[in-house]
Order: sequence, then structure tokens, then C-alpha cells
Amino acid sequence: MAVRLGNQTIKTEKPITISSTASIVGTKESEGPLSPYFDVHMEDAEWGEDSWEKCESKMQREAAKLAVQKSGYTSDDIDIIFAGDLLNQCISSGFSARELRIPFYGLYGACSTMIEGISLAAAIIDGGGADKALAVASSHFCTAERQYRNPLEYGGQRTPTAQWTVTGAGAAVLKCGMESGDGPYITHITTGKVVDFGITDTNNMGGAMAPAACDTLLAHFADTGRKPEDYDLILTGDLGKVGREVLINLLETEDYDMRNNYNDTGCMMFDFDKQDVHAGGSGCGCVAATFCGYVYKMLKERKLNRVLIVGTGALLSPTSSFQGESVPGIAHAIAISNEL
Amino acid sequence: MPGGNNQNKDNSGYKKDYQDYIEKTSPKSPLFKDMIMAFLFGGAICVIGQAFMNLYKDVLNMDAENAKIAVSVTMVFIGALLTGLDIYPKIAKYAGAGTIVPITGFANSVASPAMEFKREGLVLGMSAKMFVVAGPVLVYGITSSVVVGFIYWLYKILIGG
Amino acid sequence: MDYLNAFWVGGLLCVIAQILIDKTKLTPARILVLYVVIGAILGGIGIYDKLVDFAGAGATVPLMGFGNVLADGVMKAVDQSGFIGIITGGTAAAAGGIAAAVFFGFLVALIFDPKAKK
Repeated sequence: MAVRLGNQTIKTEKPITISSTASIVGTKESEGPLSPYFDVHMEDAEWGEDSWEKCESKMQREAAKLAVQKSGYTSDDIDIIFAGDLLNQCISSGFSARELRIPFYGLYGACSTMIEGISLAAAIIDGGGADKALAVASSHFCTAERQYRNPLEYGGQRTPTAQWTVTGAGAAVLKCGMESGDGPYITHITTGKVVDFGITDTNNMGGAMAPAACDTLLAHFADTGRKPEDYDLILTGDLGKVGREVLINLLETEDYDMRNNYNDTGCMMFDFDKQDVHAGGSGCGCVAATFCGYVYKMLKERKLNRVLIVGTGALLSPTSSFQGESVPGIAHAIAISNEL
Repeated sequence: MPGGNNQNKDNSGYKKDYQDYIEKTSPKSPLFKDMIMAFLFGGAICVIGQAFMNLYKDVLNMDAENAKIAVSVTMVFIGALLTGLDIYPKIAKYAGAGTIVPITGFANSVASPAMEFKREGLVLGMSAKMFVVAGPVLVYGITSSVVVGFIYWLYKILIGG
Repeated sequence: MDYLNAFWVGGLLCVIAQILIDKTKLTPARILVLYVVIGAILGGIGIYDKLVDFAGAGATVPLMGFGNVLADGVMKAVDQSGFIGIITGGTAAAAGGIAAAVFFGFLVALIFDPKAKK
């Protein structure tokens, strides 16, 4: 059974292996620097479906299927699936799971959902409630844009702090045990609190979410006794260029030096010089695809051995913004290691 | 992060500092460049409007009032068509207010949600959502006209007319 | 000459909106509302027509011109039909623009599908 460390952290007792991952991305992401690490590159925004919502659902479904297939199991072997996305009522996840026929929990953690899903999957496996679990998350530029912002053909201008929702999906199969003995394993889960410092600019998600990421990282370091330098890489989800700098500065005032081994998947997904993405990538798919593509492969190749992934989310809706509410942030962290 | 693990404490002062810090450090829109682009594109669209105005007045011999209406209709048509062809948002990315303020921008804000919500049906999608962006312009515009009309009516009665 | 005046007056009206977008928290939708209302007020006090005489399309094409059409129309209707003109005048005068937006918007939406952005 899991052990509680400090205020917010769970240390897993059983070996929780990430046995496979799968990632699917859209066209713009396929032109970005991480492109070679993704499994499936869609050729357009529809992928043969007649709406973007259906496309996003298909992305989740195909990512889930591919991850299960790569793990060598069948979908019957998977005990439970934790899935989420950005759309109202989590339709991408629900409609994708409709065809997967695996016991299903739908999650909403905004852009932190992938890490929320992996956290819960790991916790339920560690508690003995499941042997194999699947975590899936997705986002799609077009579905997010029309839900949160303007119609796609509307002629508006983006501000420099605005971020670009990643069209991408990631899926990870987690299992109990270490038969192959090669990891990587999930060792710690730090659950974040909702933190809101009163930022109301919905075009500055990085600034709104950075305090939540800071709060969770501080809790993680305090609970585990670890320091930034204990990790080969610390990754936040989608703070983007603006939030990344803010987080480094916030942690510096607490005497944590993040300059050497910290990055943000929103800053990695696109090429800032060639791609017009303003402050960087965002969305569930940003951290999901980057983790399931790039980070997992790096771990497998032992180019990285110990990483801390912090999924970040902005818990707003168009309704809350119109009512003048500020943007609450959430961040969940998982520590992954090749050794136990 | 002061107040980081002390969320129970009142840290509204720190929050204010943080908001100021974000306000100060976040990159700003390039105002001067945006102004130049808005001027050039906005001006150019008006010149196109003027060309139609001259065409309707001088060549087709319309009277001034009808020519003005015809220009509006023409510009709305062009704005809607360029929206359908996916050209308007590409220009707008650079032109900013230069493509928002002219009446072509009004057409864009009507046509773009209509296109977008077609997938939710021709009645409850496309048509119901058609004025989701441009609706306020009509509401405030027509309301202002009624207020102006009422004041003018009062003025005529009270002061003479 | 009329082209030059249309260009700089129209461009200037856009520049003012751009400054408001960049420098204040006003969203484009609010600025358009503001422009229409200002256009109606300036039309009501008879100033905007002078600008139209000077700049032609430079004053009629920006959305302030739409507000001006509404105000001009309502005052003309009050002159002609009295009290009922308060309600009918503005919308009647702006009918061209509104009907064109509805009809062409409808047509365009029927024909074209929105495209994903790069």
C-alpha cells in the first residue's frame, strides 16, 4: 500500500511500471522539433471524421488502442481507464471510451488531466484496486478554440502571451510489477491544490498557472526531501514562455535553482522561430503527447533516468471569465524513475 | 513564493504584488507596429469602399443615399466571401483593428460563427449562433438609434421644429 | 483627393481602435459596440455627416458610419412620421447592411466550411 509523505505526496510501495505509451499529434505539432518522437502524425485536422470533436475522440481512442497494443496486452487485460479532455462534459473521453469497453472514469483537470490520470491510475494500482490501468488525455486546437475563444474564421489578433492549443493525444499503460525489470516506474505522486493569485487575463494562462506549479513543486520538495538537482529533468505542462520564466523566478525566491534542468512542454512542442505560436503550446495534449512521445522514449533509452512531470491546468470556463472570475490554477506532479 | 504553503493566511497583498509583477513582466503587444498595420489595412479597405462609391455614383448614376447603401452591401459581401475563403482571418492576423473596424469586419463576425456552428445544424447551430459575436453591435446600435430618435423628438417638441 | 481622405480618415479610426485594444482591457467586441454608439451620438448631433462629406467611405465604411446611418435614419423618420419613427427609423435606414450581413453570412456558411489554422 502507498505511503503518505508530508502533506501532499504519495510514495508508491509496489513497483508501478509504465509499460507502454502512445502519442498522436496534428499537423502543426508534426512540424515542431519533437515530431520524430510521436507515434502517429495526422495529415489534417479532421482525420477522416466529419467534425473536430469526433476527430479528437478518435485521437483518444487510437492512442489508447495503440498503447495497449504496444504493451502486449489486450483491452480485456486493462482493468480501468482514466481519461479526460478540455471539452464540455469531457465528450472526447466519454465517446472514445464508448468503443473501448474498459471500465471508465472521466476526469477534468484542464490541461493537467494527463498527469491527474496517471496519478490516479498509479494510486489505484498501488492500492490493489487494479493490476493494469490506462491513462489518456487529449486536446485539439479547433475544438478548444471554438469552445474557449472565437470561431476559427473570426479575424482576431492574439496577444504575445496567448498560447496555442496543441492538437495531440497521449495514452499510457500502467501495470503493477516489474517482470521485465526495466521500468520506468512511478515513484511519487504529489497532488496539487487549487491556487489562484487573481490573474484575470485569459490570454495569459502561463502567468495564471505558474503559482500553482510553484506551490506543487514546493510541496513535492518539502514532502520528499528532494531538490531540483535530484532530477535529470523537471517538466511543467503548459506554462509556455511567460509562465516558465515566472516559475523560475518564483522558485528562486524560495532558494530553488531551476535554471539547469527545467523545461516546459509548451516551450518544447513548437519551434518559436519558425512557428507562430506566441507564448508556446498548451492543452491536455501538450504534456500528454510530449510525455508519451519524447520523455518516455528518453527514459527507455536511459538518456533520462529520473524525471518530475508537473501537469498544469487552468480551471476556468468561458462562463467564469465572463462573470469576472480570475483564473484558478492546478498542478499535479509525478516522479518517474528508472530505478526503484 | 511567499504565502505558498500558507494558503490559509490572508495573502491578498502578495496576490496584488503578483498581479503587478505579471502585468509588468509579460510581453506587450507591439503597439507601434500594430498601429501602422491597422492604419494601412483600415485605410486601404476604406479606399476600396470609396472606389465602389465612385463607381456607383459616377458610372451607375445612383443617388448619394442609395450609393452609400450599395457600398455597405458590397463591403459586407466582400467581407463575408473572404471569410468563407479563409482569407479574412489571415489578413486580420496582421491588420488587427484595421480589419475589425470596417464594416467588412462586421460581416466577418457574422459569417464566421455561422460557418463554425453549421455542424450543430442549420437552424439551432448556424442560424442561432450567427450573431453570437456581432449581436451586441446591433443591440447597442439599434438601442442608440431609438434613444437618439427619442431625444430628437423631444427636442423638436420643446425647442421647435 | 477623395481617395486620400478616405484612406487617412478610415485608417485613423482603425488606429484609435487598435490603441484601445492594445492599451486597455477592452475586447474587440466592446470596441465595436463603443464605435457604433459613438457613431450614433455624433450622428445625432450632426457632426458625423460633416466627416462623411469630407472623407466619404473613410467615414462610412468604419463601424461608426453604421451608427451614423442609424442616427440619421431615425431623425429623418421622426421628421416624416413623428413618434413612431423613433422605433422604425434607425433599423429601416440600416436595413441594407443588416440584411446583407444575414443573407451573405447565411450563404457563405452554407457553401464553405471553416478551416483549421496553421
